[in-house]
Amino acid sequence: MRARIGLGAALLALPVMSPAMALEPFAVVGDAIPAPLGGLDGDVRRGEALVRDRERGNCLICHQGADPSEPFQGSIGPPLAGVGARLDAGQIRLRLVDASLLNPQTVMPPYFRTDNLQDVAPSFRGKPALSAQEIEDVVSYLATLRAE
Amino acid sequence: MAAIGFVVALACLILQTSGVLAEIRSGSDFLSPELRRQQADETRNPGFFWVEQGRELFTRKPAGEGQACIGCHAQPQQSLRSAATRYPQIDAAAGRLLNLEGRIEQCRVERQGQPAFGYETPELLSLTAYLASLSRGLPMQVRTDGPAQPFYEAGKAFFERRQGQLNLSCQQCHDGLVGQKLRGDTISHGAGTGYPAYRLEWNDVGSLHRRLRACSLGVRATQFEAGGPEYLALELYLASRATGLPVETPAMRR
Ligand code: HEC
Ligand code: HEC
Repeated sequence: MRARIGLGAALLALPVMSPAMALEPFAVVGDAIPAPLGGLDGDVRRGEALVRDRERGNCLICHQGADPSEPFQGSIGPPLAGVGARLDAGQIRLRLVDASLLNPQTVMPPYFRTDNLQDVAPSFRGKPALSAQEIEDVVSYLATLRAE
Repeated sequence: MAAIGFVVALACLILQTSGVLAEIRSGSDFLSPELRRQQADETRNPGFFWVEQGRELFTRKPAGEGQACIGCHAQPQQSLRSAATRYPQIDAAAGRLLNLEGRIEQCRVERQGQPAFGYETPELLSLTAYLASLSRGLPMQVRTDGPAQPFYEAGKAFFERRQGQLNLSCQQCHDGLVGQKLRGDTISHGAGTGYPAYRLEWNDVGSLHRRLRACSLGVRATQFEAGGPEYLALELYLASRATGLPVETPAMRR
């Protein structure tokens, strides 16, 4: 079926298809998303790198992370040290995916949402800030931060 | 009794107004003491090179028939003192909102018969920095009523609306999070009263609109054109929020 769509049709279909790039579906239970997105396994080391990374996750722009030697950490969100003791993996996942589901006024950006956003820069349009795999990596890492 | 009531009401009103004024603080208040000292020292603040260049351009006769700016604006220290405090403003003839850059370009094209410098060119930045420096220390006082009102409303709506992939509004940072650390920066009220400013990150002087583009990029939102209608309206709103704050151009920023 797919192979038979002509080039013209494929080009025409592109602008319609790209914003609708479907995100892995998830189910909210209480204040958590208990099941991993897309059934993926997270990687703790990749998650740690994402949280620190200044382009991709850039979480430390707002949060104090678990490593006090990291220079210039933010003071806007709660410190991430101990978050794995305060919240379970499903609760952390929901707060990364879309914290506004809990607090409509939240400053915490939605990392896995593409709808209801305005004036998104062209290069980020139609894409979530983090992929399902990246969310799972970060969830795995944060879940290990049990000490305050 | 009534008189006492009146006096009390008046006192409350004064307290309230001064409360509002005290609420919005200059970006300079959030700088390190060292950077603030450097900003205040004309020999160590690089922004004053641009002011000097602007002063020179102001007296330079353009090619052809046109006059120098000083031909129309004699004694700018007096005649243009406080001009910057009233921008952006509506140009009555065109019905357009002009900021200081826009007014300079208008004079250049319509009165000097020269091609526009272009936003963010060294010439326009220098002239803007020079003219704004003539208002140093004077309180901002833009008009937001009458024909300016729709622009003010548009700027306010822009300021309050969440935007970008990170879904943040200007207001969330510059009202709600003032004083908090965003990496190495301390978030201010976003008053913008020191622009054009010398930013260490740019290693250069830049316009307020260039700074706005940086904030838009920060939340991964569309960066609007410098000098375009979106940031002009926003500039009017920021200036009205900054009513009463002194002009500090050329400021220094991180
Ligand atoms: C623009 C600022 C900002 C950025 C960037 C940001 N956060 Fe947050 N975060 C917040 C704020 C504010 C809260 C509190 C949310 C609330 O109460 O609504 C929060 C809450 C959280 C929570 C819940 C913490 C708790 O103890 O309840 C987690 C987990 C979290 N953030 C992780 C992250 C991760 C991981 C990233 C990067 C991928 C990130 N944040 C990026 C501001 C931010
Ligand atoms: C995630 C936080 C954040 C958001 C959202 C944000 N800004 Fe900023 N803004 C900053 C930081 C940090 C600085 C640098 C420190 C300072 O001067 O406040 C800054 C600087 C500024 C300045 C320069 C202030 C000065 O005196 O030097 C202006 C003006 C400004 N922002 C306006 C805006 C506007 C308008 C918007 C919305 C389009 C916006 N900001 C969105 C964080 C933000």
